[in-house]
Amino acid sequence: MASEHAITSTGAPHKVARVRVPGAGVRSDLRAIRVVWHREIIRFSRDRARMITALVQPILFLFVLGTGLSRLASSGTHGVNLRTFVYPGVLALAVLFTAMFSAASIVWDREFGFLREMLVAPVSRGAIVIGKCLGGATVAGFQGVIMIAIAGLVSVPYSPVMILEVLILQLLLAFALTAFGVMMAASMSQMQSFMALMQMVIMPLFFISGALFPVAGLPTWLAVLNRVDPITYAVDPIRRAVFAHLDISQVARETLAPGVTWWGWHLPGIFEAALVAMMGFGLLSIAIVRFSRTE
Amino acid sequence: MSQTAEREPAVWTRGLAKNYDEVEAVRGIDFEVAPGEIFGFLGPNGAGKTTTIAMLCTLARPTGGEARVAGFDVMLERDEVRRNIGLVFQDPTLDGYLTAEENLRFHADLYGVPRGLARERMQIVLEMVGLWERRDSIVNTYSGGMRRRLEIARGLLHSPRVLFLDEPTIGLDPQTRSSIWAYIRELKAREEITIFLTTHYMDEAEYCDRIAIMDQGQIVVLDTPESLKASVGRDRVQIKTDDDDAAIAALRERFDIEAVMAEGQVTLSVPEGEQFVPRLFAELGVPILGVSVSRPSLDDVFMSYTGTTIRDAEGSVVDQQRAMHAMMGRRH
Repeated sequence: MASEHAITSTGAPHKVARVRVPGAGVRSDLRAIRVVWHREIIRFSRDRARMITALVQPILFLFVLGTGLSRLASSGTHGVNLRTFVYPGVLALAVLFTAMFSAASIVWDREFGFLREMLVAPVSRGAIVIGKCLGGATVAGFQGVIMIAIAGLVSVPYSPVMILEVLILQLLLAFALTAFGVMMAASMSQMQSFMALMQMVIMPLFFISGALFPVAGLPTWLAVLNRVDPITYAVDPIRRAVFAHLDISQVARETLAPGVTWWGWHLPGIFEAALVAMMGFGLLSIAIVRFSRTE
Repeated sequence: MSQTAEREPAVWTRGLAKNYDEVEAVRGIDFEVAPGEIFGFLGPNGAGKTTTIAMLCTLARPTGGEARVAGFDVMLERDEVRRNIGLVFQDPTLDGYLTAEENLRFHADLYGVPRGLARERMQIVLEMVGLWERRDSIVNTYSGGMRRRLEIARGLLHSPRVLFLDEPTIGLDPQTRSSIWAYIRELKAREEITIFLTTHYMDEAEYCDRIAIMDQGQIVVLDTPESLKASVGRDRVQIKTDDDDAAIAALRERFDIEAVMAEGQVTLSVPEGEQFVPRLFAELGVPILGVSVSRPSLDDVFMSYTGTTIRDAEGSVVDQQRAMHAMMGRRH
C-alpha cells in the first residue's frame, strides 16, 4: 500500500552535498560542550547592558557600601579602610550575580524555545549542562577579572600570587553557583519564578556567608548558619588571600580575616576550595540527572 | 547508506500510544510512511498530532506500542533516530540574539557536521529558502515568515532522512504560507527526503502524497487526498431558481432528493453531479437561472469521517468531549 505511493527516487539529487552525521561518543560530547559554551560567550559579548552592569555594579557596591559603612565602623577596623575589607565580599557578590544571570539563561532558553533545539540534538544532556555551567563560569570569571583590575582603587596590591589565587577561587565559586542555578532551572519554565527563587535562596546565603563581616566571635545561631552556608567557604579563602598581601597589623588581620573554624580547627584555604569544588561537582551531577529526565 | 535502509519505511508504527496521567492523547495508532513521501497528519488541535510527532522525534516516551523512524527504534536507538531526522517545531526554537549563520553553525556543530561540508551545506539550504543574503542579520530582526524559513533550512542542514514539520505554516499570512509550500515541494524534488508534517489547513493537506486524518487520538482514515475525496462519493450541486421552495418540493417529488438552502442557493448532493445536471434541467419543471457542480473537498472528507468540520472540532475541551459523545453513535 505504502510503496504504491512512494516517490521513486531518480537517483540524481542535483549534486546536493550530503552530510553523514557522525556517531555518538566522547568527541561528540566534547564538541557539544564547546558549542554550548561558545554560544554563552557570544551572547554575553553582544549584550552591552550586561557588560556595563558587570563594570559598574561592583564599583558601586564597593564605594557606596564601603564608604557608607566606614563612617560607622572606623573604630573596629584597626585602621583598615572598610572598602578594603568588603572588597572580597563584593567580589563574591559580583560573581554571584553574574552566575545567577547565566543560570537564568537556561530558563530563557526554555521560554524562547531554544532549549528544545539543544535537547533534541544527538548529544548527551550532560554535555549541554556542562557547556552551560562552563559558559556561566567563564562569564563570571570575566566579572572577576574586572574586580581584580579595580583592586588598586581600594588599596589592595596587585600581587601575582594573590591574583592567581583569587582568580581560581572565584572561578570555582562561579562554577558552583552556576551549577546550582542550572540545577534549579531544570524544573522551571518561567523566568519570574526562577528569579523569585534565586532571590529567596541566594541573597540570604550571601548575607550569611560573612561576605560583609568577619566570621569570628559571632553569636552561636549566626555562627552555625554561617558554617552551614556553602558560600562561606568561597568568601573566606578569597578574603584570606587578599588580606595576606595587605600591609596591615597582625591584630587587624586576625580580627578582620580570622578564617573559618570547625570546633576550633582552622580550615586551610585549600580545604575550603576543595569543598567548593566538590559542591560544584555535586550540584552539576544533580543538574545533569534532572535534565536527563525532562522530556 | 545501505540498500536495506533505503527500502525500509521512513516511519513505521504499531499500536503507538501515549497517556498523560488520565488523558489518552494518542490511542494506539498504526501507519507506515514510504521513503520520499510527503505525508500529512490532518486534524484539529488536540487530536494528538503533536504528541505523535514528539514520540517519533524521541522527545516524548511512548506509553505503548512501538515506532521506527529511518529504520531505528525511537526508544532503543534514540541517538540514531535523532541523527537522521530534522525538526521544525510549531513554536520557534531559534536564538534571536544570534545571526542566522550563527544559528546554523551552532546546529552544525551540535550535530557534528564537518566544518568544510557545513559551509557548503549552509549555503545550499540558505539559498533554497532565500535567506543567503541575510545570513549575517540578527534573527530578532527577521519577520515571522523568514524565521520559519530559517528553521526549515536549519532542519535540513545535517541532511536528515526524515524531516518533521509540525504545523509549518501556522500563524503565517497566505502569501508566506504558499512560499513555504513552494520550498517544501522544491525540497522534495532536490533531496532524498521524506517529509512528515501536521496541519489543520485543509488546502495544505492537498499537497501531500497521502494524509492521515487524526481525531481524538486515533487515525480515522489514511489515503491519498484523491482517493479520500472519491470515497466521499458525492458531488455538491447548487442551483439558482425563480422559486426555491417549488424547486425543493419538485426535487423531493420527482428525484427523491432532500435539498437544502445553503449560501442562498438550493443545494443538494448527488453521486455524479455532471451527469445529473442535464436530467435536472429536463425534469425539474422550475426554471433554473444558474448551476454549479463542485467535487468534494477535504472539508467534506473530514466531515464525513469525523462527523464535524475541522473548525467546529477546534472548540474548547468541553466541546471536544461533547463531540466525542456525539461521535460514539456515528457510523463509519
